Amino acid sequence: MRTIVTTLGTDRVRRLRATLTVLLAAAAAGYVPFYFAPFQVFQLTMVLLYAVALSGLNLLVGFGGQISLGHGAFFAAGAYTAAVMLDRHDTGHLATLPVAAAGCFLLGLGFGVPALRLRGLYLALVTLSFAVFLPPLLKRLEPLTGGSMGLTVEKLQPPAWSGLAEDQWTYFVVLVVTTVALLLARNLLRSRVGRALLALRDNESAAEVMGVRLSLHKTLAFAWSAMFAGVAGCLYTWVIGFVSPDSFSFVLSVTLLAGLVVGGLASLYGPLLGAAFVMYVPSVSQDLDEAAPGVVFGLLIIAVMYVAPTGLAGLPGRVRGLVARRLPRPAAAPDRTPETGSPPDARPEPQAGDGPFATPGPADPAVVDAEPVGAPPRTEKE
Amino acid sequence: MLAVDGITVRFGGITALDGVAFTVEPGTAVGLIGPNGAGKTTLFNCLTRRCAPDGGTVRFEGEDLLALPPHAVAERGIARTFQNLGLFPRLTVRENVMVGAHSRGRTGHLAAALRLPRVRREERELRDQADDLLRRLGLADVADQPASGLPFGTLKRVELARALAVRPRLLLLDEPVNGLSHGEVGQFADLVRSVRQDFDLTLVVVEHHMGFVMGLCDKVVCLDFGRKIAEGAPEEIQRDPAVVEAYLGVAV
Ligand SMILES: Nc1ncnc2c1ncn2[C@@H]1O[C@H](COP(=O)(O)OP(=O)(O)OP(=O)(O)O)[C@@H](O)[C@H]1O
Ligand SMILES: [Mg+2]
Repeated sequence: MRTIVTTLGTDRVRRLRATLTVLLAAAAAGYVPFYFAPFQVFQLTMVLLYAVALSGLNLLVGFGGQISLGHGAFFAAGAYTAAVMLDRHDTGHLATLPVAAAGCFLLGLGFGVPALRLRGLYLALVTLSFAVFLPPLLKRLEPLTGGSMGLTVEKLQPPAWSGLAEDQWTYFVVLVVTTVALLLARNLLRSRVGRALLALRDNESAAEVMGVRLSLHKTLAFAWSAMFAGVAGCLYTWVIGFVSPDSFSFVLSVTLLAGLVVGGLASLYGPLLGAAFVMYVPSVSQDLDEAAPGVVFGLLIIAVMYVAPTGLAGLPGRVRGLVARRLPRPAAAPDRTPETGSPPDARPEPQAGDGPFATPGPADPAVVDAEPVGAPPRTEKE
Repeated sequence: MLAVDGITVRFGGITALDGVAFTVEPGTAVGLIGPNGAGKTTLFNCLTRRCAPDGGTVRFEGEDLLALPPHAVAERGIARTFQNLGLFPRLTVRENVMVGAHSRGRTGHLAAALRLPRVRREERELRDQADDLLRRLGLADVADQPASGLPFGTLKRVELARALAVRPRLLLLDEPVNGLSHGEVGQFADLVRSVRQDFDLTLVVVEHHMGFVMGLCDKVVCLDFGRKIAEGAPEEIQRDPAVVEAYLGVAV
């Protein structure tokens, strides 16, 4: 009885805390464009759109256990779809988004099918070849894509009623799209479908025995993932107003993957951290060492992976774990022993003697975060 | 209920199963025994479409099981556990069990992404059902913990819970008490007996622990080098000279 009450209590507290966090984040996100200079607002806008691409990649790599070194190409496909539509057909910005999304979804579906037969390095190689092969193709298709000169199109313009500057309006539009995209990804993962994907990642044959349709979920994971990258590319065109083959070399694909790993695989907010890394670290390393920014970038990746092997998103958990290990916690010990030592058939004791805080919650978040490839998504919140 | 006939599986040079045939009647528990490498796990793999036999047929309630795609087996009401634990280590115990209910869910990708009301409802139902099962098997305490890192005996029960979440009519257990301590074996046997009763299960059990098999099963099939060498009631099998020879390597 006591445990039930306390569980309900912590549930409500947790929900309250989640609501507060969301409200605070929303307030901060709304305040930011009025506080920072236009260039900084632009940088934040880029972080948001990279976060969309990374959360797509996260679906595939972090949660799906597959790999792609070709997401820069899906990004480019989305960007060029938007640019060509704006340049040729003058469709207006909003119409480009669903087209880029649908187009990249189908493209991803097309890649998902061969991906069923390939894994690990082979899959990496095939997707990488897509990323390598796309820029020259874009150069060749000059009548449509403007060749190596690229295409210059109109950026997003704030409508008069908004009273906002261009950078602020763009920021808000991208913020809305990013929020929707991240919500979609989160919903997907916290459902039967997401569990199927995670199960396939952890143990393919057991998942199939449980009735998970391997081909369906794996190809659709690829499609969703490509769609997110395409949407990010579309936003890129809206924000930058210029696309060229050189903006989307295979280095972009590698950078995206690196950003995801640094941010934290299989973590819900890892993509945001990774996006910040992708956005800021190259320019910071440029400042540090003009001759070879790549060296600094690489060293920083190594440094982060050394300090936080589960990515930046896993860092707080690791720190908490380390602190907990340093400080002896006398209360924790009796709490634990009956569990590990209990005979298998021991009925769940209602833990009456353990005080009001002895709830069977997620016992030790640090353990979750210490997992090699990030924590299961649903254990992080709620 | 289940009719296996003339199943043959070859891996390169070795014949893992050679014309094995037996039937399982509804509501019974059949033990499958045999020395290491006899082909017991391979037989389970055929039943759950993990491997395609080179010959023979498997019928489950009249339906040709070998014509089904692998993911459809669970839907028909067949679940199994794995010899070396086939859990999803990075999912929580509850999530593991909920994956077991996968074939009973309907939510597709689009509905899931939009989190439609019916998705929420289904999630809530599956979650409640999973929690019921976890309570039933004494796992409620560890529901939110990742499967990796739990004690072995607990994991064995988690795997059983996951298989039960399929709502199977036929349950295949591959060495369920392998690696458990003496006391745990007894408890697990009681557990299997009680869920068998409550969930109205038909069982096929692979196990080297003879006490467990003989105490639980109505019929025992013995394999050796892929061939069926004996079949019958537990007491007969224990006395069968071919079985004794297969296990001890000498004629008695
Ligand atoms: N995927 C495979 N590829 C090649 N050979 C295999 C494969 N699976 C099983 N075998 C072989 O088939 C034979 C039967 O193996 P199986 O695992 O079915 O035995 P088992 O009866 O389950 O033994 P144990 O009691 O040790 O679990 C063994 O010789 C094994 O080496
Ligand atoms: Mg075996």
